[in-house]
Amino acid sequence: MKILVPVKRVVDYNVKVRVKSDQTGVELANVKMSVNPFDEIAVEEAVRLKEAGKADEVIAVSIGPEKAQEQLRTAMAIGADRGILVKTDDPIDLGGVEPLAVAKTLKALVDKESPDLVIMGKQSIDDDSNQTGQMLSALLGWSQGTFASELEIDGDSIKVTREVDGGLETLELKAPAIITTDLRLNEPRYAKLPDIMKAKKKQLDIIEPSELGVDYSPRLEIVKVSEPAKREGGEKVENVDELIDKLKNEAKVI
Amino acid sequence: MPVYNPPSENIKFILHDVLNASQLSELPGYEEVSEDLMDQILEEGGKICSEVLFPINLSGDQEGCHYENGVVRTPEGFKEAYDTFAEGGWCGLSGDPEYGGMGMPVLMNTVMQEMICSANMSFGMYPGLSQGAYEALHHFGTDEQKELYLPKLIEGTWSGTMNLTEPHCGTDLGLIKTKAIPNDDDSFQITGTKIFISAGEHDLTENIVHLVLAKLPDAPDGVKGISLFVVPKFLPNDDGSVGERNGVRCGSIEHKMGIHANSTCVMNFDDAKGWLVGEPHKGLKAMFVMMNAARLGVGMQGLGICEVAYQNGLDYAKDRLQMRSLTGVKAPDKPADPIIVHPDVRRMLLKAKAVTEGGRALSYWTGLKLDISQRHPDETIRQEADDLVALLTPIVKAYLTDMGTEIANECLQCYGGHGYIAEWGMEQYVRDARIAQIYEGTNGIQALDLVGRKMGQGYGRLLRRFFHPAQQFIEDHQADENMQEFVFAFAKGLAKLQQSTAMIAQKGLKNPDEAGAASSDYLRQFALVALAYMWCLMVKAAQAKLESGEGDKEFYESKIKTARFFMQRMLPEADGRFKMVLAGAGSLMDLDADAF
Ligand SMILES: Cc1cc2nc3c(=O)[nH]c(=O)nc-3n(C[C@H](O)[C@H](O)[C@H](O)COP(=O)(O)OP(=O)(O)OC[C@H]3O[C@@H](n4cnc5c(N)ncnc54)[C@H](O)[C@@H]3O)c2cc1C
Repeated sequence: MKILVPVKRVVDYNVKVRVKSDQTGVELANVKMSVNPFDEIAVEEAVRLKEAGKADEVIAVSIGPEKAQEQLRTAMAIGADRGILVKTDDPIDLGGVEPLAVAKTLKALVDKESPDLVIMGKQSIDDDSNQTGQMLSALLGWSQGTFASELEIDGDSIKVTREVDGGLETLELKAPAIITTDLRLNEPRYAKLPDIMKAKKKQLDIIEPSELGVDYSPRLEIVKVSEPAKREGGEKVENVDELIDKLKNEAKVI
Repeated sequence: MPVYNPPSENIKFILHDVLNASQLSELPGYEEVSEDLMDQILEEGGKICSEVLFPINLSGDQEGCHYENGVVRTPEGFKEAYDTFAEGGWCGLSGDPEYGGMGMPVLMNTVMQEMICSANMSFGMYPGLSQGAYEALHHFGTDEQKELYLPKLIEGTWSGTMNLTEPHCGTDLGLIKTKAIPNDDDSFQITGTKIFISAGEHDLTENIVHLVLAKLPDAPDGVKGISLFVVPKFLPNDDGSVGERNGVRCGSIEHKMGIHANSTCVMNFDDAKGWLVGEPHKGLKAMFVMMNAARLGVGMQGLGICEVAYQNGLDYAKDRLQMRSLTGVKAPDKPADPIIVHPDVRRMLLKAKAVTEGGRALSYWTGLKLDISQRHPDETIRQEADDLVALLTPIVKAYLTDMGTEIANECLQCYGGHGYIAEWGMEQYVRDARIAQIYEGTNGIQALDLVGRKMGQGYGRLLRRFFHPAQQFIEDHQADENMQEFVFAFAKGLAKLQQSTAMIAQKGLKNPDEAGAASSDYLRQFALVALAYMWCLMVKAAQAKLESGEGDKEFYESKIKTARFFMQRMLPEADGRFKMVLAGAGSLMDLDADAF
């Protein structure tokens, strides 16, 4: 079995993001960038499948700037066998390469590489779209198991436990399929130094979007990016009547 | 609860923009060292520090080590963290590939040490001492000793210690009493008591490799009569597995001010079996090899504490609302302004920032030169780099560890009363930082090393390795309008440093007490001038970035503004120190001991 894992370069989750002064996006220069945490879980899962003898090859793919090679190297340090960078200078968080464009790029790569499984993050923590996996599944006509918290593979039958609002749901899919990961699927390992060094020597191909026949012109327009409204301090109320009054007249929610 | 985020952007700025560290790839053995490999190591290493080591820092301090019947247990979580660290290969980051190491530059190890010490200084001492043992064995061990011990130290399955101090001597190691009696084979029986031995006993590794200073029966008196021995806790079998227990035991552990999670042990050697490392009576030389690397490492403890204290002081100062700004309300939507508006709070934070970033540049520069001194194909360049490292090592050790305590204190002060309360974690930094001024040669001894050994060596050859490039930099940049403000301040500082150097050389020759009396103030003066040089280099790098329009403008502008603060509000201390140096030994030596 061959597994394709998309990994995205995003602002590290520890960084307190700042909105650019012209409100077109967030400040990315001199900001720590990392692999999207959900994607790291996807890489970990794919590598575990390989280690368990259930997969033969894990290919990491990223769409992004030249520097996104760093994230591919990280994926390879965890254990992916090789990497592909679809290089673009368009922004990949906002007002640039949109989920549909990413899904189309991935479809072109799936056609080329013919994997049996795509394991990907359920969303990226920069724009939080949560769309790409679903769109890719539609484009390919493959089954999808989203928000996976457990994955079992037996031949071409795939059992996915999903985290849904009401609890856990279990699905059985047939490969080829798309899996999107949730936070509890696994705890990614820390890359080991020797693996970091080995990753340097693994194959990393860089291709242009045009080679895949996809175009990244945006279909959405970013009107404005601004910081969320500051949270107001809480307030203690004396009794239920006052609460209802405030909910009705101040918060206007009932 | 404090926070720690590896300062990767600041580290990369120094590595790539200021020092051009990828020049290391030109050195034999470092061909693979590229900017992205360094960054990758930095990111992954930083993750281990902030996610594995940092979360057990406060709890490790509160719990401390446990001692029972000669056995030491480290605080909860330390064993698991150590395993993750060792299995990740981090013990061998710059270890020799011939013995399983990763062969990365000393510079990368220096970077890693900084982050480890920010995250958990007590933890860092366990692998840190193994490195000291590794260095000594790598330089002076026989092939057999190297094959036996180095792979284990690199894997981290065995750890190392440095057994120098005895109850009656710490600074003056010529006085040691521990004896080594030759056996019929090539081994020795070691008997004596060592105290204050860091990581002397613990539960992290299957064996502990003690490097012990002792005297042979025919040893001359004083430092010319000490020899170095390797004494494993368990005698290794031929196949490298651990065998019989050796006659070395931990008698007790100390209750101490800080680094509670690192065991400080009394070690009793009772006819323990050991083997000579290097030549008889030449232990001091071997010890200095251990010490030099270790001194840079201790300097990094100071720097690591500065960084983490600063991060937390800064966060708190942006959050804590207290009083209004003197020049009018800054946060009208809040009941008071965040304390970062107040000049005196800014003074503390800017000092922390200027020292941390300047100290980072200075120590990484030293690390880079250490690599060049070990690997450059041209002997002259190797020698020059070696000279500079020898000169800067006592400065890095003493200044950065003095600053560790001072900056931790200033950042604690930003917290007001909360800084004094344990759960905020700031008081731990003050307590942890304090020891770094004492061990590995007290800072007083570092100052003596600078004026006594380093200054005179080769008729001032070592000093010229600093003065010449500094002078050259000034000449090259004094006409540059953007740089003048900084270069002039630095040039004045340098001129005074040259003056006090000449003064000490002159007076010190006639009366050594003059050199001793000047030493600590001179070291501080030197450190401040060296930091001024580093800030000039940083301004230059930042201006180049601003001109190119690359990167975050605010980031680079903050470098220039911090440099300005340093030149105007920190460098003047060098003038004061200069005056103290010039004052000479008279008033220090005049008062009779009985009259105190
Ligand atoms: C927590 C901890 C961990 C330690 N870890 C280790 C370890 O792993 N291995 C090890 O071997 N040791 C270790 N030590 C010991 C440490 O290195 C010594 O304490 C240190 O070298 C100072 O020696 P001393 O305590 O005997 O002080 P002394 O040598 O008695 O010095 C007392 C004071 O006199 C000053 N002084 C002495 N001689 C001179 C001079 N000629 N000129 C000017 N001033 C002078 C010193 O600077 C100091 O201020 C540790 C100590 C502590 C507290």
